[in-house]
Amino acid sequence: MIEWLGVPVAGAAHAGDVDQVMALVHWLMLVLLVGWGVFFVYALVRFRRTAHPVASYDGLRGRWSAWLEGGVLLAEVVLLAFFSIPVWSARVDAFPSERESVVVRVVAEQFAWNVHYPGSDGRFGRTDLVLVGPANPLGLDRTDPAAQDDVTTINQLHLPVNRPAIVYLSSKDMVHSFTLPQMRIKQDAIPGLIQPVWFTPTEPGEWEIACSQLCGLAHYRMRGFYTIHTQDEYEAWLVEEAAAQAGP
Amino acid sequence: MSAHDAGRDPGFVEKYLYSTDHKTIGLQYMLTGMAMALIGAFTVYVFRMQAAYPGSSVPLFGRVAAADYNYLVTMHGTIMIFWVAMPVLIGGFGNYLIPLMLGCDDMVFPRVNRLSYQIFLLSSVVLVASFFVPGGPFGGAWTAYPPLSANSAYSLTPYGSTLWLLAVALEFVAFLLGGINFITTTMNSRAPGMKMFDIPIVVWMIVLASVLFMGSVGPLVAGAVMLLLDQVVGTGFYDPSRGGDPVLWQHLFWFFGHPEVYVLLLPAMGIVAEVMTVFARKKLFAYRTIVYSAVGTGIISFFVWAHHQFVAGIDPRMASLFSVTTLIISIPVAEMFFVYIATLYGGSIRLTTPMLWALAFVAEFLLGGVTGIFLGSAGSDIYFHDTYFIVAHFHYTFFPIAFIAAFAGITFWFPKMFGRMMDETLGKVHFWGTIITFNVCFLPLFVTGTAGDHRRVFDYSGFAELATPQMQNLRILATWALLAMLAFQVVFLVNFVYSLFKGEAAEANPWKANTLEWLASSPPPHGNFETMPVVYRGPYEYSVPSRDDDYWPQYEPGDTADDGAPSGPRSVEQGA
Repeated sequence: MIEWLGVPVAGAAHAGDVDQVMALVHWLMLVLLVGWGVFFVYALVRFRRTAHPVASYDGLRGRWSAWLEGGVLLAEVVLLAFFSIPVWSARVDAFPSERESVVVRVVAEQFAWNVHYPGSDGRFGRTDLVLVGPANPLGLDRTDPAAQDDVTTINQLHLPVNRPAIVYLSSKDMVHSFTLPQMRIKQDAIPGLIQPVWFTPTEPGEWEIACSQLCGLAHYRMRGFYTIHTQDEYEAWLVEEAAAQAGP
Repeated sequence: MSAHDAGRDPGFVEKYLYSTDHKTIGLQYMLTGMAMALIGAFTVYVFRMQAAYPGSSVPLFGRVAAADYNYLVTMHGTIMIFWVAMPVLIGGFGNYLIPLMLGCDDMVFPRVNRLSYQIFLLSSVVLVASFFVPGGPFGGAWTAYPPLSANSAYSLTPYGSTLWLLAVALEFVAFLLGGINFITTTMNSRAPGMKMFDIPIVVWMIVLASVLFMGSVGPLVAGAVMLLLDQVVGTGFYDPSRGGDPVLWQHLFWFFGHPEVYVLLLPAMGIVAEVMTVFARKKLFAYRTIVYSAVGTGIISFFVWAHHQFVAGIDPRMASLFSVTTLIISIPVAEMFFVYIATLYGGSIRLTTPMLWALAFVAEFLLGGVTGIFLGSAGSDIYFHDTYFIVAHFHYTFFPIAFIAAFAGITFWFPKMFGRMMDETLGKVHFWGTIITFNVCFLPLFVTGTAGDHRRVFDYSGFAELATPQMQNLRILATWALLAMLAFQVVFLVNFVYSLFKGEAAEANPWKANTLEWLASSPPPHGNFETMPVVYRGPYEYSVPSRDDDYWPQYEPGDTADDGAPSGPRSVEQGA
């Protein structure tokens, strides 16, 4: 079913589960539409004026509607209880430990995605509002020892394949929406909140980050890129960036 | 002085512009709504042209800038929901039909009713005026999420956003005043003999919608006042750097916004029920079930709002809860649609223009309903949220509500309103032209949404994944279908104006229907009825076996059928 729908490639460990929910709902939808449609068309054809000139006073008899409602209810309960809610819970509840994961901060602003890597020490350097400027959109305090090895990028998110990634998402100004279609990830970035999002990329590749929430005039140009590397490539990229960004 | 001074010629102004007559007010609402629909249609024409042919000059508008695009989509949503669906379905049909169908001479508070329309007209003027202020109209989406809507440094529309907010608030006041009338009139002014379950479904639905509106709009008005203060005075209710919370607005907005869907759906379903029973010559299947389902839907609709916010930063545990409530609300709605199709079963179906619209409402809304499952289930909403899939989904619900049901109602009650029949041939051309182009327009948007098109994007050319020729062709297809759909509306306007003056004269009850408005002459005079009607039975006694006529009006004297008909008037309800 899912290959018929034209969704982008499934590039994360949980993407198959999301796609499975989509496929199941398509099946449910198909059954409902066919069921209703047959009943509807039958009633229209069978009881058109020429075929049935005198209407009968009594209507449909029996407990059809109760059975039908029961069936729909059952299908929806199964869908939610066994598929949809477990998928959701895995996204929001079952976070992997930070030790095994790649942890990054993504700070949205009009109209860019700022990415902050903690570097080899695994600790994010201090950020301060007063340091925010065109050259330092995150306000990173490079004098902080923890910030020495930090890596920041604009509109470039790099992650290794087959390792859980935890993104701490926030926003400097508007409500933006962080969307990685191939990862089946979407989360609004809300100013004043830091929200964790996690996923495990399984497909190497390079794709686009879209902003899905109208955030102002250049919303349509708020686009980033994300690259899923092999572990070696990722480490090489990180070392290279860290060297390029390390202060003199 | 009574509101109904019989025998005095009121003069043009008092009769048409400053009237307290519920029929005039209903028509004022309806015609204002139709005029606003033209503006709403123009906005969609411009931004769909930009979506299909980015950067080209749009005839009658010119080159579309990103700011233009944002305000066009914002105004399209705002106008079509608040200034078209609300005035036509609730203000128009509610005012016109309720006193006539209840068998009374007017609303209980005619001057409040006139005030309601005047405030609505003012709100329309304020909204239209916002097109002409420096900075242009508000462009932060009809949901107006702060901080974008709260601060003109971000939205760049210092006057537009405030005027938008004022217009919406005024519009709410208008419908609150109207709702007071609807509810009070239905409670107090029914014709003698009309019990609660003799009230036609459309009146029930409009009254329930008014109750829902009253229950849900309060928090949003409070939210709007805070947003206004943020905009104008510089408070920080929605500004996190000053202790505010932007998500608060989302809660207040959707706490109103989701019941609002049912505020509009219920009147539309009421209209469709009236049309279907008349043209199936069939008793409405399970009348009480429909009323109870509508009440149930209304109550549950207060508990589903956060399904708009699954990925918006609410406590994630809430998503499961709201998935479940969303599932629950699908049950009474599905029940109502089952009942509608069951009404056809055993009928003798006449495919007149109003009936075609009513049937199309059921068919199209079904697709809108089932595609909602993707969004109500949190697992798949992660992917579909804020894509064109949602756009297609809610157009499959709102277009049937705001247009298909409205066309069913207008073509059905036109003879009553204006004393002339509409042209059936033009009506059918308009019907098929609209329905086919509607589907060709919106089915492709399900596909582009599934492929990842996110909403409110002025120009996709920056997104290599989305700017493919296949995707662009689908966008162009949708735009061409839209152009054709708009062109077919000219057929409706021609039919409307032509029939108004040249249509065949309509008798009092051209469709041989049962409800009380068909007792009044077409069009009904001031005061509605020559002698006030008395009600003897429920509104849907069609094809009663003991009678020669296949209808049995509510106002016709006579007692319970004595031929052993399985369910005579005033006896127990049949059905589920």
